[in-house]
Amino acid sequence: MQLSRDELKDAYAKMRTIREFEERVHKEFATGKIPGFVHLYAGEETSAVGVCMHLGDADHITSTHRGHGHCIGKGCDIGGMMKEIFGRQGGLCKGKGGSMHIADVGKGMLGANGIVGGGPPLACGAALAAKQRGTGGIAVAFFGDGAFNQGTTLESLNFASVHQLPVFFVLEDNGYAESTSSDWSIGGHDPVLRARGFGIPGRHVDGHDFFAVHRAAKEAIERIRAGEGPQFLHIELTRYYGHFEGDAMTYRPPGEVAQARSLYDCLAFFRARVTSGSLLDAAILDEIDDETVKLIDKAVADAKAAPPPAAAELTTDVYDSY
Amino acid sequence: MSKKSFRQALNEAMRQEMERDPSVILLGEDIAGGMGAGGEQDAWGDVLGASKGLLAKFGRERIYDTPISESAFIGAAAGAAINGLRPVAQLMFVDFFGVCGDQIFNQIAKFRYMFGGKATTPVVIRTLFGAGTRAASQHSQCLYPVFAHFPGLKVVIPSSPYEAKGLMIQSIQDDDPVIFFEHKAMYDDTEEVPDEPYTIPLGKAKVIREGADVTIVAIGRMVQLAVKAAESLEKDGIHCTVIDPRTVSPLDMDTILASVRQTGRLVVVDEASPRCNIATDIAAQVAQQAFEALKAPIRMVSPPHAPVPFAPELEDLYIPSRARIQAAATEVARYTA
Repeated sequence: MQLSRDELKDAYAKMRTIREFEERVHKEFATGKIPGFVHLYAGEETSAVGVCMHLGDADHITSTHRGHGHCIGKGCDIGGMMKEIFGRQGGLCKGKGGSMHIADVGKGMLGANGIVGGGPPLACGAALAAKQRGTGGIAVAFFGDGAFNQGTTLESLNFASVHQLPVFFVLEDNGYAESTSSDWSIGGHDPVLRARGFGIPGRHVDGHDFFAVHRAAKEAIERIRAGEGPQFLHIELTRYYGHFEGDAMTYRPPGEVAQARSLYDCLAFFRARVTSGSLLDAAILDEIDDETVKLIDKAVADAKAAPPPAAAELTTDVYDSY
Repeated sequence: MSKKSFRQALNEAMRQEMERDPSVILLGEDIAGGMGAGGEQDAWGDVLGASKGLLAKFGRERIYDTPISESAFIGAAAGAAINGLRPVAQLMFVDFFGVCGDQIFNQIAKFRYMFGGKATTPVVIRTLFGAGTRAASQHSQCLYPVFAHFPGLKVVIPSSPYEAKGLMIQSIQDDDPVIFFEHKAMYDDTEEVPDEPYTIPLGKAKVIREGADVTIVAIGRMVQLAVKAAESLEKDGIHCTVIDPRTVSPLDMDTILASVRQTGRLVVVDEASPRCNIATDIAAQVAQQAFEALKAPIRMVSPPHAPVPFAPELEDLYIPSRARIQAAATEVARYTA
């Protein structure tokens, strides 16, 4: 399967945007300018981008604590995202959601989720509605290795299976549910086998390789769109930061992240692959890098300059009418 | 117009809304019943038969039997509501809310606010509640105060078949999530119910009778007990107003306060456990907003702070009775400081 030059540029730009976005949020958070908690997606870019490249406007996704990457993958506005994370006017959710609940329903992004395992039932519902209404849409439930042990996720696997819903279950296994190893916490140690136990076909893929993720997602989504029912993908990834910003990560072996960054960074791998294969010139990638820095610089500056929500916003948007 | 049971009124409301609006679907455990089994389809029509007969009319494309997976199907109802449907999901007994609490309290209730007003979640969760059927502690609770606590949810409690039909149609048409409480001991109650569709607005209390001495606010099945108590009290020369709030979120405090300002005496009858229930909420609001009008302490008639018991003799003691309501109203009517 060959990606076009435009597709390659788009994939790189999206992954680069996620990385730059998260690296900047990391820096800004350390200055105390960002309220609350943030959970960064850096290192896991292949999943959001490799999956969402196959989605359109009629498709929905549900996300996790670590939702910035999924927003960018689904095409949410970068400026609106940054303002939301800073809790400012003009944020995607008017500054009422923040990092953990960032969403853009109009883009089919049904929200990051502050509850581990909160998303899969919602994805089932979005898929049920798409099937019922004949929109041709599918739903993708992104969830982590922690959520894979939640009842909501297991119920959703069964629910999607018995109703043959057009849902793609994407397990983003970054090795740690908060501080607990997924090698230990996933009973049976074989996520694909677990999905098959629900009658859902699945496969495992190395998430450091964008091309492997993109191909596996393409095949699964084609099967879903062909009416073959729910599919499952287990993506192994590396989380570059803590569970949350401020997590000292003492539970990880010393040097684990540094090694991952130097030996199997997904962006470096992508760059090497496309330049060595003469698919894209390094200069084009450099240009994307420069544009991305400018884009994020502007987003951060705009967010810092934006006013906080008006006091009257405290009690609006609770109900449609009350 | 003809006499219809609470069950028939609900059935008619759902059928008429499904006919009117193709985006209305039903989900739930045994909502038709018999799914995948060798016998009768539509075997149950939900556990007490309120949706019986709808399968034949609307088919499996609109009526989804689900596995016993409350988290999955309540959450799916929410996801479907965000994607253009109007699901009516049945959480069989409200006592089961704990297994899908996250989907209701953290997802459905908060989408609109967390997403800055961009999400509309027109889902109705029907659920059975209430004591009186010897179903004991895990199938008899009145948990509406729990739901009323959450901003973003509307909580509807019909007190008769007529109320059930009009409030159900309004709830389905409403663009906010609605938790619709159906008292299981009222399912065979009958009264005149119009054949044609009609709506009753959410948040408007019904003043069932007016009297100058005592205001009795009663919720759900307690309304009929309060009306009977008020009729008996007439013989003692105590004239009672009886108010049915119909919905406890929103709660029509204006109507309650206006009545208390006239009578100066308030009794609140609530079948929910006595701590942090709707009666305590109404009492607190009246004490704050109409203190100067009160001529007697507010009295609350609720069960004891205990789980619902099994033995019939104990359960009968547990449920607020007409006699207790009469005693409370008499006490406040004759109160002197």
